[in-house]
Amino acid sequence: MSNENIIECKDLNKYYSGVHALKNLSLKIKKDSVVGLIGDNGAGKSTLIKILSGAHSPDSGHIYFEGNEVKFKSTKEAMNLGIETIYQYSALIPQMSIARNIFIGREQTTFSLGSIGLMKTKSMDKAAMDALNDVELHLRSPDTPVNQLSGGERQGVVIARAMYFKSKVLILDEPTNHLSVKETNKVLRFVEGLKNQGVTSIFITHNLSHVYPIADHLCVMARGEKIADLAKQDTNIDELTDLLVNG
Amino acid sequence: MNTNNLKSILMRPEISTFIMFVVIMTGFFIANENFLSARNIRIVMGITPEYIIVAIGIAILMISGEFDLSVGSVFALVPMTMVQLVHQGMPPWVAIALGLSIGIAVGFVNGFITLRFGIPSFIATLGMLYIARSLTTVATGGFPPPFPHELPNELFVFQFEVFRASLFWMLGVAFIAGIMLHRSNLGNWIYSTGGDTAAASSMGIKTNNVKMFCFILCGFLAGFAGMIQTFRIEAPLPSQGYLLELESIAAAVIGGVSLFGGVGTIFGAAIGAILIRFLESGIIMARIDAEWFRAGLGSLIIISVVFNTWVVRRGENMVHKNQAEENENSSQKNNSVTESKDE
Repeated sequence: MSNENIIECKDLNKYYSGVHALKNLSLKIKKDSVVGLIGDNGAGKSTLIKILSGAHSPDSGHIYFEGNEVKFKSTKEAMNLGIETIYQYSALIPQMSIARNIFIGREQTTFSLGSIGLMKTKSMDKAAMDALNDVELHLRSPDTPVNQLSGGERQGVVIARAMYFKSKVLILDEPTNHLSVKETNKVLRFVEGLKNQGVTSIFITHNLSHVYPIADHLCVMARGEKIADLAKQDTNIDELTDLLVNG
Repeated sequence: MNTNNLKSILMRPEISTFIMFVVIMTGFFIANENFLSARNIRIVMGITPEYIIVAIGIAILMISGEFDLSVGSVFALVPMTMVQLVHQGMPPWVAIALGLSIGIAVGFVNGFITLRFGIPSFIATLGMLYIARSLTTVATGGFPPPFPHELPNELFVFQFEVFRASLFWMLGVAFIAGIMLHRSNLGNWIYSTGGDTAAASSMGIKTNNVKMFCFILCGFLAGFAGMIQTFRIEAPLPSQGYLLELESIAAAVIGGVSLFGGVGTIFGAAIGAILIRFLESGIIMARIDAEWFRAGLGSLIIISVVFNTWVVRRGENMVHKNQAEENENSSQKNNSVTESKDE
């Protein structure tokens, strides 16, 4: 973890048809850290990550990425800068193979006419297997359809994809939802490993016990506001639980 | 590993359709050996390419997660436009280009209405089914016009020894469509859009553009196939392609294309279309009342989808069983390792 801020938000506001979903939110995220973003349902976590990932734009406020102000018009723009979001619903196509999933929208091509070209299947297959091995996920074949993988393995594929495309920031939206204890631990290990590879992660969850062991920093949200922003050494699980429950 | 590859090939729905195709062909051949004579193949394959081209367009659109019920009407409207334009004194090739652009335009309107207003393509194209058919009839001005022989129909339907020129056009379409769908990144976008639109767009795929492309391609191919049929029979009929929309969806589904998007192949759709035409011919050749064709087609649709689902499920079970066994093996290995360490 360094002292540099990779992302800084200032006074973000967002309204959805009259509902004030995000109220004057300011947040600093340090490079190479794991930030746990916790809060109950409806606390504004999803709104915040939609803004950070470029899916929505804030009604007011500023976002700085590596010191420069950014205004994303699409998720693609955020991805090009290195901010990759792993949504609650898996961002994988169940019927498609692992290799094809890893390269959706960023296929390696030859004989290109404009943005359309023939896929370099062999090289993509190999890169896919390498990317999986990098996150310690050992699967048999890059041709396996994703619907034959377990929930934890799927999250592993998504994380491998983000790693392969050299993301600087990985936003994980409830990555441990609906996973068994064993699978949850697998995903937590993936995320912990990201720090050492120079990736900052923002881990969104309503389950404090999942994110607490691996987080460097914890940020609690309620009713669209940030109600606490603490380094792990300055807090403990009881205080955080109290904040979560009583807001 | 090899057995796994074999299983994963057998799991593919278009392969089970192909097996069914072989079984049905053998059955009709036993009923009447003239079924596979050069003469009968010549007759069936003379008309089949038109249906395959429509089925390819429908299959690609269905893989992207949308429907087109207007293909049957476009199949009539496009050639009718060409014929009437030539009668107006337009050069044949200009008339062909304008006619084909009508197919493109209908596809665009289908896509625009579906995507802009967020309504099911089933409804948008159902409306277009009636509109395009009505326009075709209006364009005849009361009775079907004669076929203008300035049109270069021999180029598209010339009868060779066994096959017609249309077969080669179809192979060209299938080859290009196959490369596009299975080998290009555009194909990857089409599969991902149909497989899970939300996930695809979160990965930066412009899913609406992908769908629009598929709508337009489907309209174009339906018009192109309709042109080939009119050129073959040398008569532009306003009723041409009646119920073709359902038959094309049937061909795609028989060939393993999923109604829910994200699954299917060009090969499957082509086999589905061929199977339907040979079924029709086989029933006649077996001296069964031709009225039974629709009953046969109906049964074929149901049986093939049930069969495909069963094969895929069986294959999945095999994979899961293998995985379970492998896990057991590896855990046993681990156990023995730890045991030997303990010793």
